[in-house]
Amino acid sequence: MKPMSTDAQTTPQSLTQRLANPTRFMELSGVILPWLSALAAGIILYGLYLTFFVAPPDYQQGETVKIMFIHVPSAWLGMMGYAMIAISSFGLLVFRHPLADVSAKAAAPIGAAFTLLALITGSLWGKPMWGTYWVWDARLTSVLILFFLYLGLMALRSSLDDEALAAKQTAVLGLAGVVILPIIKFSVDWWNTLHQPASVVKMGGPAIHPSILYPLIINAVGFSILFLALHMKGMRNEVLRRRVKALRMAEVEQAARGREASTAASG
Amino acid sequence: MSGFLTLLKRDLLLAVREGGALGTALGFYLIVVTLMPLGLGPDLNLLTRIAPGVLWVALLLAALLSLPRLFEADHDDGSLDVLALGGLPLELMAASKALAHWLSTGIPLALMAPVLGILLNLEARAYPLVIATMLAGTPAISFLGSIGAALTLKTRRGGLLLALLVLPFYVPTLIFGISAISAALLAPDGFLASFLILTAISLVAMVLGPVAAAAALRQHMH
Repeated sequence: MKPMSTDAQTTPQSLTQRLANPTRFMELSGVILPWLSALAAGIILYGLYLTFFVAPPDYQQGETVKIMFIHVPSAWLGMMGYAMIAISSFGLLVFRHPLADVSAKAAAPIGAAFTLLALITGSLWGKPMWGTYWVWDARLTSVLILFFLYLGLMALRSSLDDEALAAKQTAVLGLAGVVILPIIKFSVDWWNTLHQPASVVKMGGPAIHPSILYPLIINAVGFSILFLALHMKGMRNEVLRRRVKALRMAEVEQAARGREASTAASG
Repeated sequence: MSGFLTLLKRDLLLAVREGGALGTALGFYLIVVTLMPLGLGPDLNLLTRIAPGVLWVALLLAALLSLPRLFEADHDDGSLDVLALGGLPLELMAASKALAHWLSTGIPLALMAPVLGILLNLEARAYPLVIATMLAGTPAISFLGSIGAALTLKTRRGGLLLALLVLPFYVPTLIFGISAISAALLAPDGFLASFLILTAISLVAMVLGPVAAAAALRQHMH
């Protein structure tokens, strides 16, 4: 971890600066995490209960509409994960927050997993509804490309040995991805309406009935808290991993110095 | 500005005198396009329909092939550090390199496309459209590609990683390039909207690319 620059210490610290201290983060998250996890489990269980026993089957889609209760929150969180990476990348490159890279690194696999979940549940829902697992629909294509961006971020990080360099390069890519994501989303919309507007299938009407909307919101809240809990756990693991690595390096250094001293004494 | 032009001239001279890179890219382009009819069957109607798409996708792959070399040679012999220490801002340096890549690879590939169109039975009225969209779209390929080239400078498996990083960024260029062609083939006045957006993407890439590539290069200098 880099020490805070001097001018940051003389100015009064903001809330985010105080939270960016890894030690304080570990203390705070250690207290919050069990509660957050329990809350996520409770709300998701309640949401699943609503999904399977309370929410009525759709009059057109039948029981398959229940895929939506997993699919829609996953898609939202896939995008939220990228937003989190982008904010963290910005924090790392501009403010040099020590925890920003930890946050970006922890968010990538979680966001990618939710994006993949959204793609898979979407395919499974598409088969009974559209008659095919995959359509080159604007929405599907842009989510798929979001998934590729996640893969690129993780691949770039894993291919650089120098962790500090990997952190900054991944942050550059993460921010560049933010600029390109809306363009991709917009461009596939454009492309699709030009090519085959008839096959663009849209779910539901503009208004979802409250009996379905309410369980959906409960599920979305539960999934979001699950995301936050997983993210916090991932960040804690990463901080601990870096501490173990630092300790190990210090140990090696000490051993090397000890050997140097002993050879100097004997020689 | 003179530094920018000097660097541009140097890179273009290197591209010409070193040779190889352009020939490889053009050869790769030819081979990929040749493989398409072999894989899809020699149905000329089918080939006519998919020709613009095949030409565009193969162009992206061929341009990708030469991207890893964008900063690599200068990084290996240390001249990248000298350039970074010089008076030219790193952003302009990256812009000059990307521009040199476009002039030495992008334009030749775009001009090669109609020749390969013959192999795919491209419609006669599609020829100018293919050239126009490619000339307008290839700057985005070079400038966005420079981001990937800068990011993967010190990585293992650099070339493959570069493809994974950069190809998603090429999606808008590809989509608007193709949609401009197909719109023009359907209705004469449908061309301009997509073409202007394609040009806008290239202009955005010319700003975004050098800034991001310079940010990535700067991390290597420390």
